Amino acid sequence: MAVRSEPHPQHILLPVRVTTVVASFAFALFVNFLPWRDPALAPDFVALVLAFWCVRQPRLVGLGIGWLLGLLTDAGSGVLLGQHALAYSMLAFGALTLSRRIQWFPMTQQALHVALLLVAAQMVAIVVRMAAGADFPGWRLLVGPLLGAALWPALTFVLLIPQRRSVEIDETRPI
Amino acid sequence: MEHQPPPFFKRGPAPLVRLAFFASLSVALLVIDARFRYAEALRSALAAAAYPLQSIAAAPGRFLERISGFFTSQSALLGENAELRSRLLAASLQALRYEAAAAETEQLRRLIGAAERLPFAATPVEALYSGRDPFARKLIVDKGTAQGIRAGQAVVDELGVVGQVTRAHPMAAEITLLTDKDHAIPVQVLRTGLRAVAFGAGASGTLELRFMAANAEIQNGDQLVTSGIDGTYPPGLPVASVVRIERDAAYAFARIVCQPAAGVERNRYLLVLANEPKRLALPDDAESERKAVKGKRRRKDGADGG
Repeated sequence: MAVRSEPHPQHILLPVRVTTVVASFAFALFVNFLPWRDPALAPDFVALVLAFWCVRQPRLVGLGIGWLLGLLTDAGSGVLLGQHALAYSMLAFGALTLSRRIQWFPMTQQALHVALLLVAAQMVAIVVRMAAGADFPGWRLLVGPLLGAALWPALTFVLLIPQRRSVEIDETRPI
Repeated sequence: MEHQPPPFFKRGPAPLVRLAFFASLSVALLVIDARFRYAEALRSALAAAAYPLQSIAAAPGRFLERISGFFTSQSALLGENAELRSRLLAASLQALRYEAAAAETEQLRRLIGAAERLPFAATPVEALYSGRDPFARKLIVDKGTAQGIRAGQAVVDELGVVGQVTRAHPMAAEITLLTDKDHAIPVQVLRTGLRAVAFGAGASGTLELRFMAANAEIQNGDQLVTSGIDGTYPPGLPVASVVRIERDAAYAFARIVCQPAAGVERNRYLLVLANEPKRLALPDDAESERKAVKGKRRRKDGADGG
């Protein structure tokens, strides 16, 4: 990729608060527990928020938190214990690996990276279930992760709101 | 690499090591849960932790229902009232006849010395949400062991059988619907008394009678009711009606597709039948053998009965 002459403005953000992270995970779990009409098409918000914090705060959120969230999801939706735990810890690993690189891309390309991560996580869950004896449920299961990746720019905007500085432009201030 | 990083750069084990740790932990859990079902206590604890979020998540639907109920027009209410009244009339007529028939049956059963059937209590429950799992047909409801719900109890609505409680947590319970691929229910054709086992067909929302001979006495529109020989479902509850029969000379078995009688994937309000109906005592040797294998095949009990 060629270096762009006018780079994307990088805003300086306030440090993240732990309450923001916890609240966002609780909200994502809540959204996942909503009665979706078609569970195959619903994006997995917990996976999306987990990927977001792994990319943005790799020192705060990582594999352990992903694993615990996966266990909660497993117990809450009554599937095999460990299915989402495995998928989410792999997702967290992928997001941590990409975290240094992904933020230099514009939003659409970031979303493409995330789409790859979410699809891979979904594939892990599918492989686990098929190993446990379920039938292949069809390729439409991949629509959810792709929809989730399409939500990435909006999610980034929303989750960074608490960290934005007040937008008062002060020419005398260095940053 | 000779130099060590300064201690303030220390970040614990490398990500790959952590991944290996958590992945092997997950796989171990998967094996324990799928093969041995030893992780139920952990699952119950986790489900209790997730319960507040689940019950909050059911709130928006309830709120919308209340709002739409507030704006229901009077004519719609009157129409619904009239329809309910006519259904009540029909149902009470049936109930009168049923009481007479039940008393007569009881007397006859006493005459022939069969075990008396006990009436079973029912607990009304409300569905919180359907499990977010495209592989299975499950429903989470808002009552659990605290309200006396146990795994293995039958779940019905006003039209027929909906499914079976497969896991009971303290505050919530998990119901496997009739249409789940792993669910089997012993049935009887009401017209002929032919016994069969109905299996869920998964995503299509129908049931299938497997292993029925191609010349079996069954036809479109036949009503299927529970036969009760599994000891899980009380006998005589409507299950499904036959909608399609495909007889192919190339196969020994007919393919019989049935439509569930109950609103299996629609209803919010369900009844869990609390008491197991009385059944004959097993012989002593069979009892001890049964206790030994009970843990492993609690769910499959229904499949073997037919």
